[in-house]
Amino acid sequence: MRAPTFFASTVGKKIVMAVSGLIMVGFVILHMAGNLQVFEGAARLNTYSAFLHGPAGEALWLLRAILIIALIAHVVSAYQLTVIDRAARPVPYVKRELQAATVASRTMRIGGVVLLIFIVLHILHFTTRTLQPAPLAEGDVYDNVIASFRIWWVTLLYVIAMIALAYHLYHGLWSSVRSLGVERGRLNPFRRPVAITLAFIIWAGFTIVPVAVYFHLVS
Amino acid sequence: MNFTLRVWRQAGPGTPGKMVEYKATGISPEASFLEMMDVVNEQLTLKGEEPIAFDHDCREGICGSCAMMIDGMAHGPNKGTATCQLHMRSFADGATILVEPWRVRAFPVVKDLCVDRSALDRIIAAGGFITAATGGARDANDILVPKVAADLAMDAAACIGCGACAAACPNGSASLFTAAKITHLAELPQGQPERFRRVIAMVAHHDAEGFGGCTFHGECQIACPKEISIDTIAHMNRDYMSATAASREEKAAGGTG
Repeated sequence: MRAPTFFASTVGKKIVMAVSGLIMVGFVILHMAGNLQVFEGAARLNTYSAFLHGPAGEALWLLRAILIIALIAHVVSAYQLTVIDRAARPVPYVKRELQAATVASRTMRIGGVVLLIFIVLHILHFTTRTLQPAPLAEGDVYDNVIASFRIWWVTLLYVIAMIALAYHLYHGLWSSVRSLGVERGRLNPFRRPVAITLAFIIWAGFTIVPVAVYFHLVS
Repeated sequence: MNFTLRVWRQAGPGTPGKMVEYKATGISPEASFLEMMDVVNEQLTLKGEEPIAFDHDCREGICGSCAMMIDGMAHGPNKGTATCQLHMRSFADGATILVEPWRVRAFPVVKDLCVDRSALDRIIAAGGFITAATGGARDANDILVPKVAADLAMDAAACIGCGACAAACPNGSASLFTAAKITHLAELPQGQPERFRRVIAMVAHHDAEGFGGCTFHGECQIACPKEISIDTIAHMNRDYMSATAASREEKAAGGTG
């Protein structure tokens, strides 16, 4: 491992972003699968929660440690690359007509900041219960979810955050496998079937929970 | 055809510049963009004004000199063409056209639309070459190259080093240029003996010149007059991972060319 060379270079930093990003995507899929148990009733969701905090407690902390490291690596690399990229064009164009960049690719940085803020708020909300828009009880995940998402602005906040996530993943999923050296020979920047399918599934899987709760489809 | 041009005028490196408006009248639709600029420059010269400085050489799309940001697009709106291959029929009569130099820190403006692109030459000097034995030239087909590898190498080797990729990149990255050169040599037997030290040296020098990093917007491959794919960047990253993370050393036997 030629570590100093690797971590100093723009390519190395992109590879760090790709690997850490894909780790977080893996977690997000697990998280979504866990959330969807809300549709199977209070017992199922609370049993799952008890399992995570009981028998699987050590594994949970291992996963959390991996995720925290991935998040820090992702954010630090993104920050460093942003500084490098901004410095690379000190004089802007009077007119610039983008031909290939997508909304998703152009909003990676601002979307990333939105997601970082969301992650902090989300952990303070459901994990530590520091923020209690509605009274939350330890262990009763189901009731906490119902109580929180009956509040319009909590639901709205989560829905907005999930739109940011979908855009971030649409570009991030596609871009990260390329950063990791996978070639697919596609000139059309919009044709990314795997990325758009996964991004849509993840968006839908997360958004359906607060929306369904808000409209009393789950009670 | 008649056009209104708004062109970046700058007397020299480090001096302040500004967009200046010019009229281009009586232009043939068959004129190339550079020929239109020639007509404007002749009129400026006759009026006793300083003509607009711009780089050009072959005027047939192979030298990579004619670097211009036209209406916010590197080499103008057409795909797979350099500025010299862009014709005025591609614009609407009476259109206002903005012409700017490449805007990248590593390409300082020399004068008007001319920028210093020697940063790209220095990336090549850092490793974009093969070491070959001197002596009599070998037969052309002496070293076997698989068809697929030959195609990939030739597609990448089409790079003319114009710098449009860096100019078009929202991050000011010359990744497409660097990756094209790396892919070109890494696909061929002659490139194998220095394959991994080459990718380390060229990427390090790309960064040292102050270019940004790749985020796969894909702007570069649209701007590229040779339509080089961003797949070359994936290829560069793969070799870079092999060379750094896996500390791979060259083992494959190469040819001498």
